Amino acid sequence: MREVKVVSSIAKKKGFGATLWDYLTTVDHKKIAVMYLAAGGLFFVIGGIEAMLIRIQLAQPDNDFVSAGLFNEIITMHGTTMIFLAAMPILFGFMNAVMPLQIGARDVAFPFLNSLGFWLFLFGGIFLNLSWFMGGAPDAGWTSYASLSLASPGHGIDFYALGLQIAGAGTYIGGINFLVTIINMRAPGMTYMRMPLFTWTTFVASALILFAFPPLTIGLFFLILDRMFGGNFFDHTMGGNTIIWEHLFWIFGHPEVYILILPAFGIFSEIFALFSRKRLFGYSSMVFATVLIGFLGFMVWAHHMFTVGLGPTANAIFAVATMAIAVPTGMKIFNWLLTIWGGSIKVTTPMLYALGFIPSFVAGGVTGIMQAAAPLDYQLHDSYFIVAHFHYVIVGGVVLAILAAVHLYWPLMFNQMLSEKLGKWTFWFFFIGFHLTFFIQHFLGLMGMPRRVFTFGADQGWDLFNLISSIGAAFMAVGVIILVVNIIITVVKNVPAGNDPWEDGRTLEWAIPQPVPFYNFKQTPLVRGLDTFWIEKQEGNKEGMTYAEPLSDIHMPNNSIIPIVMTFGLFIAAFGALYNGEKDWAIPVIVLGLAITLGSMAVRSIKDDHGFHIHKEDLMNDKGGK
Amino acid sequence: MDFNKKYTPQTWPDHPEQVTLEGKNKFLGFWLFLGGETVLFASLFATYLALKNKGPSGMEFSTNTLFELPLVFIMTMILLTSSLTSVYAMYHMKNHNFRGMQTWLAITVLLGLAFLGLEIYEFNHYVHLGFHYGQSAFSSAFFTLVGTHGLHVVIGLGWIILLMLRNAKRGFSLYNAPKYYTASLYWHFIDVVWVFIFTVVYLMGVVG
Repeated sequence: MREVKVVSSIAKKKGFGATLWDYLTTVDHKKIAVMYLAAGGLFFVIGGIEAMLIRIQLAQPDNDFVSAGLFNEIITMHGTTMIFLAAMPILFGFMNAVMPLQIGARDVAFPFLNSLGFWLFLFGGIFLNLSWFMGGAPDAGWTSYASLSLASPGHGIDFYALGLQIAGAGTYIGGINFLVTIINMRAPGMTYMRMPLFTWTTFVASALILFAFPPLTIGLFFLILDRMFGGNFFDHTMGGNTIIWEHLFWIFGHPEVYILILPAFGIFSEIFALFSRKRLFGYSSMVFATVLIGFLGFMVWAHHMFTVGLGPTANAIFAVATMAIAVPTGMKIFNWLLTIWGGSIKVTTPMLYALGFIPSFVAGGVTGIMQAAAPLDYQLHDSYFIVAHFHYVIVGGVVLAILAAVHLYWPLMFNQMLSEKLGKWTFWFFFIGFHLTFFIQHFLGLMGMPRRVFTFGADQGWDLFNLISSIGAAFMAVGVIILVVNIIITVVKNVPAGNDPWEDGRTLEWAIPQPVPFYNFKQTPLVRGLDTFWIEKQEGNKEGMTYAEPLSDIHMPNNSIIPIVMTFGLFIAAFGALYNGEKDWAIPVIVLGLAITLGSMAVRSIKDDHGFHIHKEDLMNDKGGK
Repeated sequence: MDFNKKYTPQTWPDHPEQVTLEGKNKFLGFWLFLGGETVLFASLFATYLALKNKGPSGMEFSTNTLFELPLVFIMTMILLTSSLTSVYAMYHMKNHNFRGMQTWLAITVLLGLAFLGLEIYEFNHYVHLGFHYGQSAFSSAFFTLVGTHGLHVVIGLGWIILLMLRNAKRGFSLYNAPKYYTASLYWHFIDVVWVFIFTVVYLMGVVG
């Protein structure tokens, strides 16, 4: 068994190569979190630029800033990038950074798979975006309905199907990893009903990932087989049925929005309790509501398909189930309001986002209930009203949560505080811009403007509202630019934030000394109740933790380069699949890529990996530090 | 935890796959993975049922005329038996009888190979009849559902063979016990899926 000395607390300067190698091979959940955040942030900016191009094109009637075909590619890539490559990975970053610390674990259950999941997401995302340089991006919308996508010329849709397949595998692996971590790795005393809400929502979102991603996998495989390997699933002249894609996509797609919004709810639950300096109101009902939303999330997919013609019975059932989701969601809203009620409130940047989130998200929820009424949905379907609705829940819910979490968890992840002043500027620009952009789109929809049109006529009366919407988008862009400036300034200044940077931390992640040591907890903590750090502080415990074990050797996993090699094999195979039937080298390239992946799996299986131990003596000398 | 510690039948724990934290995590994680796999196959089954017997107008193939139950029955029996032999292998693992386990796993592998051979024969037969992958929506759905199961058989066989070879000389440890256990779980899962394929595709296709 290999043994290592703990690196002394004086940070050693490592060369660029060593640092790069460290990140390529790392299995540490904190470093993987940083990589998720960086990669997700990059895709967020790319998706944001695509959004700006859309709004520039629609700023005036009969515009020819982009062509109709390019516009289709931009809207498709905007939606796909934001959902799969920005929102979900950034949330995965926070889950990785925070959840193991919240439950008192030294790492996730499968550190190797954690790394594999990240690389799969990254290479899937890169593959998808390579389409811009290799003959054109996908252009059938982020939903890629088969009737459209089968007819799409070029390789755009192939990039979509193969890229999402690779990225999706990473998400699926991540979901299982988080589930096992939360079930098996909780510290002594951390019962299910003492878990912080962010951990709970991670848990339920991971369960949704486990059951929602396989239908997407199958749908994408059908698309791949139909387009590249001579299958006939969706081609009606060969007996196929294009509605199968819609079902499979939405059986995944609806839970997907809960996969995004539940962790956002978790983040806001943490923020409300932290900055109201009060225990979260109605903790048990919050847990109940989270689980119920997760459960109902699987029962409502056909509300995206009311106009397909499933019949009044099916539509009625799905309408009622959809409206039912409003009940647990409403419970959460009231619990948050009652958490603030009577609290000793500190309006920090994260708290501003949380306060802005409630009215924004409620507005999005209410329009959701309107669309749940199937007869009304026939009017609203495929109009800008829908665009306004889902941006209200996704931007007003998920993106506000992500921006709040960037400010909230920055000191935990990097031991630095982002500037509060610039943070508030970001908030106000983004928040005003968000409402300016999307509120008016409800009315555009009611006035009859269909979604996904690349332009409109000057005589249609939609000019002014579209211009206002585009100005709002510019405000949001300014907000994001201020955030980037804020991050750069903070990183350059590099002032240590220290322990418990928000001063009122309630949960275990704030009890750890900063910077967080790579083994997280020197001794496993004993959890004595909900908000365990708060309890310790109230009782005057200077260390912030009660320990469940004496100081002893710590077992840690080894770093590994295999995950990236495994992923690279799939990346290569995807290029082969893309050109199948077109180029002679297609099949050999598929075989080569799969051989690399399967070969590295075999190496992983054959080579024993026992990890290593950090010795007690070294731990005693270690004052913290990475 | 010392992974290389040697055990005797007396000191060997009752559930060697769940003694270490790594083992517990593997055990639970694999069950969850199989939960996801169930949804994966459910999607394939649903698609198959929707596209069964559907093809271009005038298609001559249908489940009634295509499938031959005797061959499929033999395949079913072989795969069910292989599930039983893998149970014997796990029984011997619990009793710390390494040679017994390896022997029964070898029999499992042979049965799996026999199944695979018959499946390849069956597919080949259909293709010769003109019922190839791109012939119709029905053929695509059939080959994808049954073929995905076949791919699982191939992966399961590769996994078990790799485990047997890797550990042939060093016997049991708490490090490899969870690996054997999850491989056998996987094999059972493959078997359960086949029971559904036999029922939904073949039985319901011929007599349903």
